[in-house]
Amino acid sequence: MDGTAILARLRERLGDGVLATHEYRGDHTAVVSREGLLAALTLCRDDAALGFDMLVDVTAVDYLRFPGRDDGPRFEVVYHLYSVANNHRVRLKTPVEQDDPVVPTASGLWPIANWLEREVWDMFGIRFDGHPDLRRLLMYEEFEGHPLRKDYPINRRQPLIGPKV
Amino acid sequence: MGVGTFFTSKLDEAIGWARKYSIFQYPFVTACCGMEYMATACSHYDVDRFGAGLPRFSPRQADVLFVVGTISHKMAPVLKRIYDQMCEPKWVVAFGVCTCTGGFYDNYATVQGIDTIIPVDVYIPGCPPRPESVIDGLMKLQDKIAAGAQRY
Amino acid sequence: MADARELFLGEGSGGGEGSKHLHVNMGPAHPAMHGIVRIFAELDGETVVKTDVEIGYLHRAFEKDCEAGPYNNAIPYTDRLNYVSPLINNFGYSSAVEKLLGIEITERCKYIRVVMSEISRICDHLTCVGAGAMELGAFTVFLYMIKAREFLWELVEDVTGARLTISYGRVGGVKADLPAGFDLKVKKAFAETRQVLEEVHSLITGNRIFMDRMVGVGALSKEDTIAWGITGPLLRAAGVPFDLRKTQPYWAYDRIPFEIALGKNGDNFDRYLVRMAEMEQSMRIAEQALDGLPGGAIQVDWEGKAIPPDAYVDLGKQGKTEGLLLMPITLSPNLQGQDRSAHDRVNAHDKRVILPTKADTYGSIEGLMNHFMLVMEGYGIRPPAGEAYFPVEGANGELGFYVVSDGSDRPYRVHCRPPCLPPVAALPKMIEGEMVADIIPTFGSVNMIGGELDR
Repeated sequence: MDGTAILARLRERLGDGVLATHEYRGDHTAVVSREGLLAALTLCRDDAALGFDMLVDVTAVDYLRFPGRDDGPRFEVVYHLYSVANNHRVRLKTPVEQDDPVVPTASGLWPIANWLEREVWDMFGIRFDGHPDLRRLLMYEEFEGHPLRKDYPINRRQPLIGPKV
Repeated sequence: MGVGTFFTSKLDEAIGWARKYSIFQYPFVTACCGMEYMATACSHYDVDRFGAGLPRFSPRQADVLFVVGTISHKMAPVLKRIYDQMCEPKWVVAFGVCTCTGGFYDNYATVQGIDTIIPVDVYIPGCPPRPESVIDGLMKLQDKIAAGAQRY
Repeated sequence: MADARELFLGEGSGGGEGSKHLHVNMGPAHPAMHGIVRIFAELDGETVVKTDVEIGYLHRAFEKDCEAGPYNNAIPYTDRLNYVSPLINNFGYSSAVEKLLGIEITERCKYIRVVMSEISRICDHLTCVGAGAMELGAFTVFLYMIKAREFLWELVEDVTGARLTISYGRVGGVKADLPAGFDLKVKKAFAETRQVLEEVHSLITGNRIFMDRMVGVGALSKEDTIAWGITGPLLRAAGVPFDLRKTQPYWAYDRIPFEIALGKNGDNFDRYLVRMAEMEQSMRIAEQALDGLPGGAIQVDWEGKAIPPDAYVDLGKQGKTEGLLLMPITLSPNLQGQDRSAHDRVNAHDKRVILPTKADTYGSIEGLMNHFMLVMEGYGIRPPAGEAYFPVEGANGELGFYVVSDGSDRPYRVHCRPPCLPPVAALPKMIEGEMVADIIPTFGSVNMIGGELDR
């Protein structure tokens, strides 16, 4: 299926769950509401025509310093999906507000989501509701803060041992 | 003065000579420098001709700690513990610029030079250092070992 | 009452409850020279019951560092992601930014990227198989593989100037054209590598000890491999013919025929065979690409007299610019391959992205201003606001770069999708139920590269 057909099918099956769709430089993206996210991901995996059996990546973007998006939601969680059988890709995005950074987990659908969501929690502080084991993946437990957020300065060091500079 | 001193200084030299040609290093390999360490240790550049051909992967059995590659803050306590577990006489080589000063990783995750946590004897800069630089550093370490210099 | 076994072995509480599981920590500093990962295993005798894998010991803030500088500044950081095949990372990142910009690179550049990526891929597989065999006791294989890798690193050094961290890719092209006589050097190096591969085959492929340790160990079914997001040699060893170079070809891969190596059982031995076959295929691809390299033979033509750069600049300053741009300039040896004709062959023709040649920079005011605008802060490469994801076939699988731009000269967000994260996440599944000694070959066949895993 080509990208526009994928987006059309998502719109047709999810209705209001899909907030927007667009295509840029050959990448097809669907922006999905947080409430409809789990339904969208389940549809992507189980629908025969879509057949997205591989979750390629889960990541997030912090739009705090993005010019022109000051009033919108602060974070966006991005899912890249690929279908091995049908050889097509899609990107799903979910806007997440700053005061309520919670998103339902996809670890029931694809086991790799377990670690990918742990990394998003570690780097951005977005919780995943229903995740079996949400702890930091790359940083150590004593680390305070979430480093990839735009308001975390790059050289604020929190060493475990050694000098504080 | 006399024969006693002559024997002691000759003995020191002999011990220094023996020590410098039997280096049992612990290659604490973390990152890209590990690839150049492997290249130095293998047939083309061959560290074995300096007597350093047998790496001991246990701090209890090693006398030189080669810290190869970036040390992050998560890894730093592990490095300190490994260093503490080694017995004297021991020497430390900071291999690669990430261990010397942190390299170009001036950020929240990287230790800005391992000499902030353990004492270092020889610094080998480079990102990664060419095997010739490593051998040069090793020869400087050998001079230091032969001179019997210890830090305490 | 405690029985004698419990008292002596110290298992259980001594209250006659029987033995408990032993917790073994294969800590971050361990002899398997793969970098630093912590496997905390719970053992029942020799069998692994539960494991917890902890990563992040080499987290060097790649993504945050990329946001700090202009687009081309991220290239040295990408070198150090998968540091055994750094060229693939460079080109993957450059391609993602080129996709965001919407520019097309030249044909010759595509072929050069293919050749250098394949050489990098061979280096990665040599290191993986060599290190894996060494951990099983076959130290000779390791020495042979590293010997072959040295030949390939000499090739890489010839083209890029460095052996390992080469920073060769640029957004819109590559740093410099291939040097003269490169194809002959490649033929020689590949002949040596093929000989090494033959020797290794004769040493371990039919070897009873090697097979006993690798066959049937660490297997993962086809469905599990896909559900865990694993790609690359591990997926092909499970029997799925998924190779990004064939299914979603990029650069010049659609014009170069080659075969995909497939396994059957997805165990460690199949992964080893797939990697060995892939090295042969990579050599085939690189040779065909060099034969079909567009832009003719790799040579520089020097017509007219050449003048040194300082004289060039002086003539420009004195206003004697008539015909200046037509005269070739002698560049210093480390700028070899960047003269005007080579520059136009390998770089995209887009002045908003590519630095002008030294001849233009020194000899004309337009070139100077172009150079200035690309280098000064706030001005450089500025893709329009948007996002792009570009996957390439790395040595371990799908290496993807997701770049978000806000219209300024710094990337807003760069994310690297590491191909070795899914296999390490699936490592508990691969080793639970196996014996503790099977952790070593399984971990070796996963080819975890710390720089890429922890970023």
